[in-house]
Amino acid sequence: MKIIIGQGSCGIAAGADKVTVAIQKELESRNHPLEIELAGCCGTCYLEPIVDVVSDNGQKTTFVSVKPEHIAEILDFAIHQKQPKDAVIMGDNDQASLDKQVRIALRNAGVLNPEKIEDYLANDGYKAIQKCLQEMTPQDVIEDVKISGLRGRGGAGFPTWFKWQAANQQKATPKYIVCNGDEGDPGAFMDRSILEGDPHSVIEGMMIGGYAIGANEGIIYVRAEYPLAIKRLEIALKQAREKGILGKNIFGTGFDFDIWIKAGAGAFVCGEETALIASLEGQRGMPRLKPPFPAQKGYWGKPTNINNVETFANIPWILLSGGSAFAALGTEKSKGTKVFALAGKIQRGGLIEIPMGLTLREVIYDIGGGIQDNKAFKAVQMGGPSGGCIPASLLDTPIDYESITATGAIMGSGGMIVMDETTCMVDMARFFLDFTCKESCGKCVQCRVGTKRMLEILERITNGEGKDGDIELLEDLCQKVKDGSLCALGGTAPNPVLTTLQYFRDEYEAHIYEHRCPAHNCKKLLTYTIKEDLCVGCGACAKKCPSDAISGEPKKVHSIHQELCIQCGTCKTVCTFNAIEAL
Amino acid sequence: MSELNQFNNMCKKSSDELTHDTSQLDEVLKVYKNKPGSMITILQKAQDIYGYLPKDIIRYISQETLIKTPIIYGVATFYTQFRLQPVGEYLILLCKGTACHVNGANEIEQTICDELNIQNGETTEDGIFTLNNVACLGCCSLSPVMMINGETYAKMTPKKARSILRDLRKKSKLNAGKEDQV
Repeated sequence: MKIIIGQGSCGIAAGADKVTVAIQKELESRNHPLEIELAGCCGTCYLEPIVDVVSDNGQKTTFVSVKPEHIAEILDFAIHQKQPKDAVIMGDNDQASLDKQVRIALRNAGVLNPEKIEDYLANDGYKAIQKCLQEMTPQDVIEDVKISGLRGRGGAGFPTWFKWQAANQQKATPKYIVCNGDEGDPGAFMDRSILEGDPHSVIEGMMIGGYAIGANEGIIYVRAEYPLAIKRLEIALKQAREKGILGKNIFGTGFDFDIWIKAGAGAFVCGEETALIASLEGQRGMPRLKPPFPAQKGYWGKPTNINNVETFANIPWILLSGGSAFAALGTEKSKGTKVFALAGKIQRGGLIEIPMGLTLREVIYDIGGGIQDNKAFKAVQMGGPSGGCIPASLLDTPIDYESITATGAIMGSGGMIVMDETTCMVDMARFFLDFTCKESCGKCVQCRVGTKRMLEILERITNGEGKDGDIELLEDLCQKVKDGSLCALGGTAPNPVLTTLQYFRDEYEAHIYEHRCPAHNCKKLLTYTIKEDLCVGCGACAKKCPSDAISGEPKKVHSIHQELCIQCGTCKTVCTFNAIEAL
Repeated sequence: MSELNQFNNMCKKSSDELTHDTSQLDEVLKVYKNKPGSMITILQKAQDIYGYLPKDIIRYISQETLIKTPIIYGVATFYTQFRLQPVGEYLILLCKGTACHVNGANEIEQTICDELNIQNGETTEDGIFTLNNVACLGCCSLSPVMMINGETYAKMTPKKARSILRDLRKKSKLNAGKEDQV
C-alpha cells in the first residue's frame, strides 16, 4: 500500500504541499505509517492536487482536486476500503482522455518518483545507454535515430540525426552536448514538466547523444524561473554520479561523461542556438550569423550539439524499442508523438502527448473536453510568439509539421492556447508583439524598430484610434521584419499578426472603421453601464472613478455618465457585486 | 590591467564606495572568478545575497574578475532576472503569459495596482510590496497565476488578489504593531 502525491509545480501551486502535510499529520495521529511517494505532473493539471492510492496488488485509485479536508476519507479508503463521500475519484471522462494519449516522452512523468533513481532503474532506466555503449557504435546510434524520424521538438523540427551526424563528423575536440531547457514561450510548460517529473530520461538522452557525437561533457541550460526543475535535476545528477552512471569509465566501457546545469537568467531569445551559446559563455544572449553552425563552432568555438528537453526524453525509448517502433507512430513526415501544453479557455487544461496526425478537433474536443462554459471555439494559438492563430474552419487540420506550417502557424515547442468568442484577436496580436518587442535582443534594426512600430499600430487599433491604411502598413512591416532579421525571433515575430490578419481581418476592420471590438474585450471600445438589479449603491465605483463619471445616492442604484466616461475599466475592477457591464 | 584601473578610477564616484559586506560574495568569487563564462552565475549568486545588484557590488565584481563594469552592466540589463533596485518584502511576480492573458491577467494587474497604488516594476512606499510582471511561470492550466516570494497563487480573481494582498500586509514585518491601521 502506498500513497502518491503529484508534486509538479502545477500541483504545488494548486495546493499539493498542504495536502502532503495534512496526510502526514493524519497518519501520525492515527499512528498508521504508510509509504508516501511524490511524483511529477501526470498532465491532468486541471485536476490538481492529485493523490493516488496504490494497493498492494498494484491497483491504483486516483483522487482528484483533493483538499486537506478530504484526507481523512482518502485514508479511510486506503486503509479500511471505506467508500469516500466528498473526496472525488477521477471520472471516466478524464480517464478516457488520458487513455487516448500515447506516452513516450512523458512515459515516466507522474508515474515514477523523480527524486529516486531506483524508480527509474527499475523501469528500464539507463538500459538504453548501456545498450549503446556495449552493443552499438556511435554510427549505429545515429542510424537508429534516423530510422525513428525524430525531429527536434523545440520548434523548428530539424531532423535530430542530421545534427548528430554533423557534430559527429567534426574533428575538433572537446565536443559538447547541450540540452535546451530555456522554455521561454509564454503558454508552454512541456519541458518544465518533463524535467520535474522525469529528469533521468533527459540525462540518459544526453548521454546517448554525447556518445553519438563524441562528447564527454553535457550542459543543461534551464530557465531560472523553474527552480523545482533545477532542484530535481541536481538530485538526479548526484544520484547518477553515485551509481557510477555518470563519471569515468561508465559501465566499464571506457566512456566518460558528466553533465552540469546552467541556470538561464530570463531571455526568450536564448532559445536560439547561437544566443544560448553566448549566454552559456556568460555574455548577453545575442544571436550571430550562421554558418558556422554550432555543430562546427559552438560553445567556446568547439563542436556543440543542442537539442530540446523533449527530444532528449524520447531518445532512450527510441534506442530501447528501436527506431522503427517510433516511426510506426505519426504521419509520413512527422513521426512519433508530440507533447502539447493545452491551456486557455479549455475544459481540461494540462499536458498531453499524442501521436502526430491527430486533428486539432480531436485534441481540443476529445482530449481537451472542449471549451469552458460551453462558449464557442474561436481559434487555437500554436507556436507561441513565433506561431499563429488557427481558426475554427481549420479544426480538421492534422497535427504534423507541414500541415500546421501551411496554416501560417508553426508546430513550435507545443503550446496550444485555446480561445473562445470573448478573446479579441487584434488584442492577441498586440499581446504577442508586446512580448517579442520586449524580447528582441536589439541586434537587427528591422526586428528592434519594426516590432516596436507594429506594436504601436496595434495599440492604437485596440485603443480605438486605428486609421485607414493601418492594416496595409502592418502587412508591409511584417514582410520587412521577416526579411531583415537574423534569427528566428525576428523572422517569425510577425506570424501572430499575419495569421490574425489572414483569418480575422474583419475584427481589425471592426476596430478601425466601426470603433467596436466584436469580442467585447478592448476597453476603450466598450460602453460601461451599471446593472440595476445587482448594484447595491455602495459607492465604491464612484469613489474610484478618475473622471467623476459615476453618480448616485448612497444605498441606491448608481449610474455612469457616458459623456464623462474614459473607459478605464476601474469601476469594473472595484465592483465586488459584478454590477458593471461592459459591452 | 592598468587600463582597467584607469577606467574604474575614471568612473568612480563617492556614492559608489563599497558599502556592502562582501564576505559571502567572496566565497562565490573564489569558486567562479577564474572560470571563464561565469558572469551570469556570479550575478545570480550576488543577487541571492543582496536581493538585487547594488552599484558598489557590480564595481567590486569588476575589480575581482577583471571584467569591465560596462560589460557587467550589459549582461545585468540584458536578462530579466537581474534587478538594479532593491525590492520590497514581498515580491509579486504576476504572470502575463498567453494563458493568463486570455484568462484575465490584465484585470488582476489593474486590481493589484489599484490596491497597492503602484505600477509594474515599482515598490510601495512602505517597502512591503514590489510588483513585477513576468512572461510565464509555466502554470498555464491554473491561470491566471501570481507568485509571491516563491508561493504560487492559482486561479486568481480580482477579489482573491485583494484579499491575499491584505492578508500579507497584515503579516508584514514592516507593519508589526500597526495592524489596527489596515
